[in-house]
Amino acid sequence: MAIMVDQSTRVLVQGITGREGRARARLMREYGTNVVAGCTPGRGGEVVDGTPVYDTVAEAVEAHGPFDASVIYVPAPLVKDAALESIAAGVGLTVLVGDRVPVWDVMEIARAAQRRGVQFLGPNTLGVLSVGRGVLGMIGGRAASAREWFRPGPVGVVSRSGGMTASTGYYLCRAGIGLTTLVHVGGDSIVGMPLPEVVQRFQEDPETSLIAMFGEIGGSQEERVADMLASGQVTKPVVAYIGGRAATSGVRFSHAGAIVEGGRGTHEGKVAALRRAGATVVDTFDELPAAVGAVLGGVHG
Amino acid sequence: MARLLEHQGKTLLAAAGLAVPAGQVVKTAAAAAEVARQLARPVVVKAQAQTTGRASQGLIRFADTPQAAEAAAAAILGLDVGKFPVTEVLVEERLAVAGEHYAGIILDDRRRCPLLLVSSRGGTGIEEIARSEPQAVAELPLDPVEGLAEHQARELWRRVGVHGHEQRLLAEAVVRLWRVARQVEARAAEVNPLVLTADSRVVALDCRITVDDAAVFRHPELGIEVARELGHPPTPLERIAWEVERDDFRGTFYFLQMREGFQRGEGVVAFHGAGGGGSMMAMDALQRQGFAVANFCDTSGNPPASKVYRAARILLSQPGVDAYFGSGSGVASQEQFHSARGLVKAFLEEPLAVPCVVRLGGNGEEKAIEILTSFTRTLGVPVECYGKDTPVERCAQRLRELLTAFQPPPPRPPVRQRRPAARPYTFTTLTGEVTYDHEICARCESKVCVRACVPQILSLDPSGVPVLAITREEAARGRCSECLACEVDCAALGAGGGYVALPIPGLDAYRRGRGME
Ligand code: SF4
Ligand code: SF4
Repeated sequence: MAIMVDQSTRVLVQGITGREGRARARLMREYGTNVVAGCTPGRGGEVVDGTPVYDTVAEAVEAHGPFDASVIYVPAPLVKDAALESIAAGVGLTVLVGDRVPVWDVMEIARAAQRRGVQFLGPNTLGVLSVGRGVLGMIGGRAASAREWFRPGPVGVVSRSGGMTASTGYYLCRAGIGLTTLVHVGGDSIVGMPLPEVVQRFQEDPETSLIAMFGEIGGSQEERVADMLASGQVTKPVVAYIGGRAATSGVRFSHAGAIVEGGRGTHEGKVAALRRAGATVVDTFDELPAAVGAVLGGVHG
Repeated sequence: MARLLEHQGKTLLAAAGLAVPAGQVVKTAAAAAEVARQLARPVVVKAQAQTTGRASQGLIRFADTPQAAEAAAAAILGLDVGKFPVTEVLVEERLAVAGEHYAGIILDDRRRCPLLLVSSRGGTGIEEIARSEPQAVAELPLDPVEGLAEHQARELWRRVGVHGHEQRLLAEAVVRLWRVARQVEARAAEVNPLVLTADSRVVALDCRITVDDAAVFRHPELGIEVARELGHPPTPLERIAWEVERDDFRGTFYFLQMREGFQRGEGVVAFHGAGGGGSMMAMDALQRQGFAVANFCDTSGNPPASKVYRAARILLSQPGVDAYFGSGSGVASQEQFHSARGLVKAFLEEPLAVPCVVRLGGNGEEKAIEILTSFTRTLGVPVECYGKDTPVERCAQRLRELLTAFQPPPPRPPVRQRRPAARPYTFTTLTGEVTYDHEICARCESKVCVRACVPQILSLDPSGVPVLAITREEAARGRCSECLACEVDCAALGAGGGYVALPIPGLDAYRRGRGME
């Protein structure tokens, strides 16, 4: 099973003729992802590493049938149009890899996705990888690394930090704990699939028996996961680390969208809410694998 | 700075038809007196600074006469906010207020849309009001495309108990506030208080507008110098850093100063992170080892070596740091040797005179560790580099051990001045210039530059010296990825004939001003 992507997912790459798009399409294919077609306005008819390119998403759909996912590699100012195009064509999951996408563009994308009944991941996301089955985006960087770093098993990984998505997965696998799917929800404050949505997907996935979560200060995503645990909507164990203890109030760190204001979204608040709801929260990231192992032992024993 | 000052916000509101008090922003006490004279009525003098609770800090003062306005302005202009002096005051007419309200457009991360918040109480913080008098606050999620209709606004004010003519005036005002928020792509646009005057006008007495950093490029009319939410006016070094970042879209470079004026021996570290989450974790680890960080810095999103180099130079231009610490997530999808080469170039030029620990975990880490440790051996200070299997906590601990045992080396001059090349071969890159001294290259046996060039754009000409295998135009447009191999690997393994000049406008002058070479 796994979530969001597997071998059967039919994938479109928008911006496939650009340097990033071409390189990442190669990574996806080499990892076994079913990359069917590409799209770049004005470049229809070209072929990139064996993948046919179309001018519009609708044209690609006419030629190949519907897509389950589209991964977008275009500069930030062009992301809105590309995403609206993918959503209008009814693509089930649109992945916005780009960084620095204006937030009002993201809200417009969210509105269109909601009306069309489809999902989007990101922006500012490394994507999603289901171990041994497929990847959307650039988690792992190289197919060989992705194969070496991530092994199959029962843990779902979800993170607000891109780098920490791969790190969390790698350290778990090094400790002998395998994974179903790794999801980076994206570093911005407003994202298509925040932590609670992904946690819900893991809850529904029969192969996932534990959720490892890397949270951050700012926003309310972690608190909402705590609510889901407290209400019984999520029954699988959650083991979490929350970054940003050293952050000072009122300072936004990087594009992480982490802002501490008015007592909401603080480190202490998130840790307390999760612990109250029954999650295991580790104090240092290095403790995460052991904590996951201990909880898993309990689950299986 | 993406947070607008009060007077900038008020100019936008006034242009959208939302009334603000008559007044003017000035930089001197004498000019403040002149504004008060022209207004010919009691005034309020307000510091233009990024802070909350100005009244309690003495940053807002009332004056009945031009003389009093002058004195008030003089007092405020002498004050500091944070560590930054107040340089501007807004002098405004004082209005007779009949009622105070609150109105704000903020972004709701949960519903992924703008949210209109109104309250029939104003003046104090909206969160406080929401806590003590929840019935006085109402909210309405807005469609980001369709926006706010006046009837929606009227209904919202009705729900907080506002009626009659006042309700209509306030509804009009928030529709105008919405237009401003939409127009400038605000993350937040708040008016507190939004007052009803004794003569039945609705006026914005104060306002706070924060523009989305990512949208600043679409709003040159706002004149935002540094599209970063820093929480303070940009420091000179932050401005220099933003100049590096502004037009270079390859990866992200973020720099924020957290401390200034510290001395050697206080345990303050120059911090170089990669990625928001990994950076926060690394700063937490430093804190646990008893270090303070001078700055927050993030180079991520696959930046070229040149950007990492410039970041490192800027970090090392903070006088008084005791150590240099770098760490990202630990398992990066990007190739790590780019960062390694950027750091090596910066460390050799400085030259680095404090202990350094860098964690470069992820793709290409073996090569990155080799480059960073072996190419910096001549420095005479410890430079240690670790990969994904060494936890960040261990790296921070290692930095503590190195600093405890550290004996400063005798001072050395910077090595930024190169001898002019005897036989230069030069081409420009996106942000700099590459030079090979073909006289040196002719006697170089390794020719490592050709092999190490990441995009493989170099070849040996018939006489055996390196030249471009592509056109100069292609190199200048970005085919030379500024990977720095033809300088860094050449210095260590070749004959030292390769050099990449990467200017950082303003940095030399900044350093001279602080007694650094
Ligand atoms: S390695 Fe350096 S000295 Fe040798 S050929 Fe290349 S640039 Fe010239
Ligand atoms: S010429 Fe090649 S080796 Fe030198 S900086 Fe450019 S890309 Fe790197």
